[in-house]
Amino acid sequence: MNLDSMYQEIILDHYRNPLHRGLRDPFDAEVHHVNPTCGDEVTLRVKVVDGVVEDVSYESEGCSISQASASVMSDLVIGKKVDDALELEREFLALMQSRGTAEGDEERLEDAVAFAGVSKYPARVKCALLSWMAWKDATAKAVDPAAAAASASVSATAPATPAALDVPEQEKP
Amino acid sequence: MTVTEPHPAVLASGYDVEQVRKDFPILSRTVHDNLPLVYLDSAATSQKPLAVLDAERTYYERHNANVHRGIHVLAEEATALYEATRDKIAAFIGATDRREVVFTKNSTEALNLVAYAMSNAETTGVEAARFRVGPGDEIVITEMEHHSNLVPWQMLARRTGATLRWIGLTDDGRLDLADLDSIINDRTKVVSMVHQSNILGTLNPVERIVARAREVGALTVLDGSQSVPHLPVDVTTLGVDFLAFTGHKMCAPTGVGVLWGRLELLEVMPPFLGGGEMIEVVTMEGSTYAPPPHRFEAGTPMISQVVGLGAAVDYLSALGMPAVAAHEHAITAYALDALASVPGLRIIGPPTAEARGGAISFVLTDDTGRNIHPHDVGQLLDERGIAVRVGHHCARPVCLRYGIPATTRASFHLYSTTAEVDALVEGLHGVRRFFSK
Repeated sequence: MNLDSMYQEIILDHYRNPLHRGLRDPFDAEVHHVNPTCGDEVTLRVKVVDGVVEDVSYESEGCSISQASASVMSDLVIGKKVDDALELEREFLALMQSRGTAEGDEERLEDAVAFAGVSKYPARVKCALLSWMAWKDATAKAVDPAAAAASASVSATAPATPAALDVPEQEKP
Repeated sequence: MTVTEPHPAVLASGYDVEQVRKDFPILSRTVHDNLPLVYLDSAATSQKPLAVLDAERTYYERHNANVHRGIHVLAEEATALYEATRDKIAAFIGATDRREVVFTKNSTEALNLVAYAMSNAETTGVEAARFRVGPGDEIVITEMEHHSNLVPWQMLARRTGATLRWIGLTDDGRLDLADLDSIINDRTKVVSMVHQSNILGTLNPVERIVARAREVGALTVLDGSQSVPHLPVDVTTLGVDFLAFTGHKMCAPTGVGVLWGRLELLEVMPPFLGGGEMIEVVTMEGSTYAPPPHRFEAGTPMISQVVGLGAAVDYLSALGMPAVAAHEHAITAYALDALASVPGLRIIGPPTAEARGGAISFVLTDDTGRNIHPHDVGQLLDERGIAVRVGHHCARPVCLRYGIPATTRASFHLYSTTAEVDALVEGLHGVRRFFSK
């Protein structure tokens, strides 16, 4: 048991000095995501120009992992083509679902590979994914507002994170 | 009724917690790299003594059969064991009649049972009129309820058109009774409240609220999930109409809880779940229902868990609930003092052990005054083998009331020690060092 594998210095750095924090204009879509089991919350805005992620801005409240992840995520996707950024999101999701068996491609995920250790702690995976899921949701709304609105009514009751995660509840009485 | 021999740990001078701990095998295990377990999460669930584990095992090894309907030896033995727990529970909570004890899955089901019975009263005869609620009627709860005593009443209000009201909280985690007489009024049909809060630790002044509820003729329901396992609870003294509690927080297995209700009310209360065992006469056109308690125990019950609950009641009775309460009060007072020495720590709830139980919630900041999120606190404590709970503890409105996203909660039971409190305090200093570096 070595918590340093979760609380990497790079994560603590982002936690103490988050990048791109604060809600900015202009934006195409804004979402609010919560992690109901622990009270982590994020409000996140996305601006997309010509298929490129022009800006990601956010306000969030939560644990060090969720805060640092929002910082790392926004820094990674800003300036990327939306399709490329969505591919990074899939890679990060796979890393988080690896239960400590994957290291992540540092060439592609950059600072986000520091979260590899978090994947060993099922209860914390949702913390690391919160801002990524919010970004993905906001981007879908920004790219195709009509489709996003149509699917919103269907997915309104679905959990913000994929069912496959199936992490333990933290909030039993 | 069985007379319980006193536990040897309470015969000598005072309460020998080290001897008590020997009854709980899990407390001697280690976690991570050979660290002793410091279990401070008993408000979530208690650990189980050997006597309870043995009772369940012996039941399955020797007596397993379905209850009530068989005429063979095993069925009679299983039924006797199952029903013996009903007697033990009745004695344990001061009930005057064993038929007042209904077995449920847990407290949540017990509370839902009452709430659903109340909406079922709409389609039941005039004898159930007392349970009917509708538009213009009011349901009263408190702002410190666990979601299990909040959501069922929200749902009842939605089903029936009744209005949900609640008693608010003071800054130091107590019920604000200033407007009690207007919140509980002639329109109030039912008042449901927690005895001892699972997040704040507050022990509520039940008698005062029950007295007001009685003045206006409202039913009273008490959530004893966090009180029955920790202190002497007597339904006659409390004066409530219903009491819900759960086995797994009082050293019994998961999967069994209790609804106690006044017999004259249970006799006219409509059922919640229909099925086998709860009926009298069944035809294709309709059914009549069994008298209590069986009217409220549809289907094959949780037999081995009920047997385990009986063993847990014996165990608690042997220690004596006054001794248990005194021990936990001492630990709580010690912990509140010790936690006050941690810089940047703020207790959410009553700051002293007066009218308070051993569930202590707090928030923590680092050297710069920045909040350290409870998830991070809990994770770093776990690294030291210290088990606490983090989050909103199924009482999110309490977190909203105090403007915090979540808390860290340490909670105690009859086996908790001051050394464990010391480990917690040392761990919290470590958490602050980690995030202040």
